[in-house]
Amino acid sequence: LDGNTGDKEYVGFATLPNQVHRKSVKKGFDFTLMVAGESGLGKSTLVNSLFLTDLYKDRKLLNAEERITQTVEITKHTVDIEEKGVKLKLTIVDTPGFGDAIDNTECWKSVADYIDQQFEQYFRDESGLNRKNIQDNRVHCCLYFISPFGHGLRPLDVEFMKALHEKVNIVPVLAKADTLTPTEVQKKKIKIREEIEQYGIKIYQFPDCDSDEDEEFKQQDLELKESIPFAVIGSNTVVEAKGKRVRGRLYPWGIVEVENSAHCDFVKLRNMLVRTHMQDLKDVTRETHYENYRAQCIQSMTRMVVKERNRNKLTRESGTDFPIPMGPAVSESETEKLIREKDEEVQHFLHL
Amino acid sequence: MSVPSCQLFDQTKEECGVMQSPLVDFSYVGIDAILEQMRRKAMKQGFELNIMVVGQSGLGKSTLMNTLFKSKVSRKSVLATSQEKIPKTIEIKSISHDIEEKGVRMKLTVIDTPGFGDQINNENCWQPIMKFINDQYEAYLQEEININRKKRIPDSRVHCCIYFIPPTGHCLRPLDVEFMKRLSKVVNIVPVIAKADTLTLEERDFFKKKIREELRSNGIDVYPQKEFDEDAEDRMINEKIREMIPFAVVGSDQEYQVNGRRLLGRKTKWGTIEVENIAHCEFAYLRDLLIRTHMQNIKDITSSIHYEMYRVRRLNESNTAVTQANGIPEHHLSAHEM
Repeated sequence: LDGNTGDKEYVGFATLPNQVHRKSVKKGFDFTLMVAGESGLGKSTLVNSLFLTDLYKDRKLLNAEERITQTVEITKHTVDIEEKGVKLKLTIVDTPGFGDAIDNTECWKSVADYIDQQFEQYFRDESGLNRKNIQDNRVHCCLYFISPFGHGLRPLDVEFMKALHEKVNIVPVLAKADTLTPTEVQKKKIKIREEIEQYGIKIYQFPDCDSDEDEEFKQQDLELKESIPFAVIGSNTVVEAKGKRVRGRLYPWGIVEVENSAHCDFVKLRNMLVRTHMQDLKDVTRETHYENYRAQCIQSMTRMVVKERNRNKLTRESGTDFPIPMGPAVSESETEKLIREKDEEVQHFLHL
Repeated sequence: MSVPSCQLFDQTKEECGVMQSPLVDFSYVGIDAILEQMRRKAMKQGFELNIMVVGQSGLGKSTLMNTLFKSKVSRKSVLATSQEKIPKTIEIKSISHDIEEKGVRMKLTVIDTPGFGDQINNENCWQPIMKFINDQYEAYLQEEININRKKRIPDSRVHCCIYFIPPTGHCLRPLDVEFMKRLSKVVNIVPVIAKADTLTLEERDFFKKKIREELRSNGIDVYPQKEFDEDAEDRMINEKIREMIPFAVVGSDQEYQVNGRRLLGRKTKWGTIEVENIAHCEFAYLRDLLIRTHMQNIKDITSSIHYEMYRVRRLNESNTAVTQANGIPEHHLSAHEM
C-alpha cells in the first residue's frame, strides 16, 4: 500500500481483472483433453506435437494377434507445463483399442462411461461438505480422429459422435492429412460437414463473435468455423527445411511442415485449443454438459427415493443417505408432485 | 511442393540434417494465452461487489461510500430526505449501482443499516444484521442446490462489512466488541475510525493500538484474517496491513482548491483536510485495500470460507433433520438467526 492517488477520477476497481489473474496464476490451470479414434491415425503424435511433450515415450504397440483380445481401455497421462509463469496441468485421456476389434459394437460405451464417471465424481465432490480442493477431472474436449482413407464419415464415426455429443465437446479432426492433396482435403471437409449436419451430430460450436470485436478477430473466427474438421498432421521429429529447423515429416518428394498453415490446419487447431478457446471449452463443459448430467442425475435419484418411500411406507425406514439436493421443482412432473404430496402427508402426521 | 534443401537420394539421413529429437522447445505452445481468455470473459461478465456499512448515525458512513467510489452511491444520496429521522428499529437498506471504469463493469451494492446503535437500548442490535447476512448465504445455497441452475448465480452475499468506530480516542465500546465478535465469524469485517479529523496523530496512534489490543484480547479476527493467509507472500503483505488497522478515515464529497489543485477535502478555519493525503488521514489506504488490491481476495474469502462454513452448517442440520424425521428430508429449510 503506498497511498498513491493518481488520476483524480480514478477509483481503481479497473484492477479487478488483474486481481483475479493473480490468484489464477498462483493456482495454475487444468485442462483435460480426450483423443479418440482408431489406432494408427496419429493421435499420440498429434498430442505430442500440440503440447511439445513426449507422453508416449515408452509405449508398446500391440500386434494384430494381441489386439484381438484387447478391449477398449481408458488411459490417462498427466503432464505439468509451464510457460511465462503460467502453469497448466494437462491431462490426456486416451482410448486405445477403440475401433480396432472385428466387432466394434458399442465400443464407445467405456468412453461414455468414463466421461459420466468424471461427472459423477464432480457431482459428489460438489455436493459434499469439504469443497476446498475439488479436483476437476471432467473431460473438457474430445478430439475425434476421422480416417482420411474413407469417403467421409464411417458408421462407427457417426455412432461414436452421436453417443457422446451431449456429454463432451467434440472437435472432429481429419487425421494424417498429408495423404491428401489440397483439393481432396477440401472435398472431404465439405462432405464431412454435410454428414455431420445430416446425422444431427452436435459438435463443439465456436461462440459467435461480439459485434464490437476487431475485424482481424472476426476474420479469424470465420476461418476457424470453415476449417472443420481440422486437417492435421503431427510429427515427433525435427527436420531441416530451407535452413530452418521445423517439426515435420520427411518424404522423398518433399518435407511436410506441421506448423505451416499452407500444409495443414495444425496451427489453427492448436491456437483454437490452447490460445483462444480453452476457457470456452471448459465453460461449455461446466455450464452445459455437466449441468445436463447433474439435472438428469437428480431427477433419477428423486424417482429412486419415491420408489423407496413407497416400498417403505409401512416400515418408515430412512431413504438414501446421499445428500439429495431438493430445490423448487421446475416442472410439475408426476414424480415431483408425488413427493410433495407424500411430504405433506408425513408432516401432517408428525405434527399430530 | 518445394524441393527439399538436400538431395535425398544420394545422402543419408544424418547428412541431411534430420534429427530424431523427441522433446522440442524452440517454439512455444501458448498456454499463457489462457489469461487473456479469462480476462475477456471477466470483462464481458462484469463484477459484483456488496459492501455493508455499519455504525451509529452521523459517523459519515454515506459520505465515505461516496468518497470511495467517487460517485453518489450511498442511500442518502439516492433518496432525497430532507430530515433524516433515526428509525425506531434497525433497517437494512440496499442500493445497487452499475459503475464502469476503463471497460470494467461493476454492480456495486451498498447495504446500509440505519438505526444500528442509535436506540436507548441496543441489546441484540446485531441480530437483524446477522440475519440479513445469513439470508444472503441461504439464497445462494438454494440457487446452488436447484436442479436447473442458472449459468451464473447472482451473488448478493455481503463481501465486506465496514464497521465505523466513533473517534472517542479511548477504547472500543461494549457495543463495538459485541458486534464485531459475532459478525467476524460470518463476514469480513473492516473496522475504521470514523471522522478521524478530531484526533491528533498521537491520539490516533494511541487509539489504534488500544483497539488492536482489544480486538486481540476478545479473539476478534478482522480482515485480513491471519488464518487465511495463503502463503508467505500473502502473509508479508497482510501483516503490514494488520499493523495499520483500523484505518483512520475522513470522507468528503466536496472539492477545494489546495495549492492550485482541486482536491476532496474538508475546509476548516485552521486548515483544509485533504482526504486523499496520507499525511492527513488513511482514507487512501482503505481505498487501496478495499478496491485496488484486495477486492478479489475479499470476495474469495467470502465465497470459499464464510459461505462454505454456512453451507456445511446447513447441510449438517438438514441431515439431522432427516434422521429425526425418520428419513424424510424437509422441503424448505428456512434460514433462522444463529
